[in-house]
Amino acid sequence: MIFWEKKPVVFLLLAVAAIMVGTFVTMVLPFAWVNTEKDRIESVKPYTPLQLAGRDIYIREGCNNCHTQTVRPLVAEVLRYGPYSKSGEFVYDRPHLWGSRRTGPDLARVGGKYPDAWHVQHMINPRSMVPRSNMPAYAFLAEYAIDPGYTRKKMDVLGFPYGEEQIQALSGKTDMDAIVAYLQKLGSDIGWREAARTRFAGELKNPYQDDSSIIPQGQALYTEHCAACHGEDLTGDIGPDIHDIDMSDADLYEILFNGIPDGGMPAFSQLGPDRVWKTVNFVKYYKRH
Amino acid sequence: MDAPSYNMTIVRSFIFWSILWGAVAILVGILISFQMVMPELNFPPLFTYGRLRPIHTNAGIFGWAIGSFFATYYYMVQRLCRRPIWSNGLARFQLWFFNATIIAAAVTLLLGYTTSKEYHELEWPIDIMVVILWVVFTINIFMTVVKRREEQMYVSLWFMLASLVGVAVLYLVNAAEVPVSLFKSYSAYAGTNDANVQWWYGHNAVAMVLTFPPLAVFYYFLPKSTGVPIYSHRLSIVAFWSIIFMYLWTGAHHLLWTPVPDWVQTLAMAFSIMLIAPSWGSVVNGYLSMNGQWHQMRENYLVKFLILGITFYGLQTLQGPSQAVRTFSAYIHYTDWVPGHVHMGTLGWVSLVLFAAIYYLVPRIYDRQLYSVPLANLHFWLVLIGQLIYSISMWIAGLQQAGMWHSTGPDGSLSYSFMETLIEMYPYWWARAFSGVIYLLGMVAFIYNLFMTVRRGKTSASTLQNA
Repeated sequence: MIFWEKKPVVFLLLAVAAIMVGTFVTMVLPFAWVNTEKDRIESVKPYTPLQLAGRDIYIREGCNNCHTQTVRPLVAEVLRYGPYSKSGEFVYDRPHLWGSRRTGPDLARVGGKYPDAWHVQHMINPRSMVPRSNMPAYAFLAEYAIDPGYTRKKMDVLGFPYGEEQIQALSGKTDMDAIVAYLQKLGSDIGWREAARTRFAGELKNPYQDDSSIIPQGQALYTEHCAACHGEDLTGDIGPDIHDIDMSDADLYEILFNGIPDGGMPAFSQLGPDRVWKTVNFVKYYKRH
Repeated sequence: MDAPSYNMTIVRSFIFWSILWGAVAILVGILISFQMVMPELNFPPLFTYGRLRPIHTNAGIFGWAIGSFFATYYYMVQRLCRRPIWSNGLARFQLWFFNATIIAAAVTLLLGYTTSKEYHELEWPIDIMVVILWVVFTINIFMTVVKRREEQMYVSLWFMLASLVGVAVLYLVNAAEVPVSLFKSYSAYAGTNDANVQWWYGHNAVAMVLTFPPLAVFYYFLPKSTGVPIYSHRLSIVAFWSIIFMYLWTGAHHLLWTPVPDWVQTLAMAFSIMLIAPSWGSVVNGYLSMNGQWHQMRENYLVKFLILGITFYGLQTLQGPSQAVRTFSAYIHYTDWVPGHVHMGTLGWVSLVLFAAIYYLVPRIYDRQLYSVPLANLHFWLVLIGQLIYSISMWIAGLQQAGMWHSTGPDGSLSYSFMETLIEMYPYWWARAFSGVIYLLGMVAFIYNLFMTVRRGKTSASTLQNA
């Protein structure tokens, strides 16, 4: 029998010591590396009152159970979501919301991807915007009002700067306004969308010029990715009417590929050139078909 | 031998409540698994997947697992120390406070009061309840050990004591938060620090709640069930000290490829691989204890639960470290592979061992024979099949979705949109939902068997002597 097998107090002290070594190295020490000056990104700003209220709704509804908020430095991930996440982007996040499961897509860079109206409709009825999605409907968010006084208290606790007019502006706002404001902030502080634009060298040539056989494929792509905003018949809804769009193939391709970041049009570069060209051909030539 | 007046009432009560919370965990789990395939089963605002999933995990971990550990700890500590519980009053308080805490947890989570931290969702007032609960429990167990009548502390007591202080340290550090109102607080840590602290907690909660306590149960109930001692005391010593030293280094393997500093990730990865050795120390010790006793797998249903349980622990502790390797993590992390892994541990390892302990205890506490051994065997097969369908379907789903997420075409563009990868998951999610129903049927057989044992089982003088 070894001594600690009959001395519970000694045993407990030894056990705590064993636990504390790894704890100190991997949990305490990293504080010297993380959220230091070296981590800081100048353009990353604290949440506004409306965004913070939205973030707390995201927490309340447990969105983090299905959506992550970290883009990993892996090829496919950067293609799908945007530049990988940096530590300095999260310095105002208490708690972090990185999540552990992507039942739905990562949201670290969803800010600026869609117009507000898209998010509102998607929250009210997810399947109207994304067919066959399994996301619950959050229409009820539009019925709850934000409490300005409580939000002010939260801002004070977190020490975030705010103006009195920002608090005043909260009256009349709903949970829906707040969560959309929060989503639109996500990942956008580093202004990556403009940098991620593809600039095309030379002349863009439509590989399917006069090839009407790919129109059905283009139509399928249009239905999946475009119809929710531009309507099944291209006459517009959230997005503009495009049924008789007058634009060169190359210009249309560039808009589909890069999107219009300020206009609420998402970039579809992640589909790759081939599928974008097929969509271009459907949008421009379906009537001839 | 003079029999001290052991407090079996408290053991019995904790068994009852833990089974009840376990049933709740399974029912909520089944509901949310159907919500994954039928989103119209979400009834906002209260009954959405986002609010129910933490109730499933909290009921499973804190209701079923910890509730059963309260029962088995109180049983084991009395037997191993040859004396009654230090304070019956504290134990009774703990029982009612435990149920009050679980109910408060369920209600507040349903109302959306959550910190969002996985396995630590409870807001600060309920955090305080959990701390009170744990302090009371720790004092009672520790004082019973201090005042024991058996000089040597058996290996189960080591794991019990280590889990008591381990949970205390983890919970307190991760709970640091600044209250805004009664049911809202903000974490004391920000961003990457918060993530690192959270997964130091999250991973080691798996150690302190879902590894050490079931190992304590296993080391006690296997020899009790087979009638032969554990193969090697020395191996127990080596396995114990190496696992409690190494486990704490590995939390960041949940955060590979995130902004957490690279060296923390690398340490976590290396220690995760090293952790195979102490984990398998216990597995091998269990297997070798069966030397010459393997025929009991046929004859003794308790042994079947225990040996399958430790086998799933062995598989879990091989699969876990492999997931902790950067390259493999890049592929399967964030997919359904991970719930497949987790449920092999919870439904396979932890629950099988607890079922065995409860089957051992209930007839002895009530001085009865088990109502039906064939029914216990049916229970065994139903939960085994349910769990295997769950885990295997999720592993395949995870591999497929990961493949689709990472697939790129010849021009370097992504092959599939996110929705195209999600739609492929529906058949697997259906399989998972039905696997839960099979598991539930096993649970029904279990509960019915226990109920009939208490109500109608034959009294047995021999069980009392063996107790």
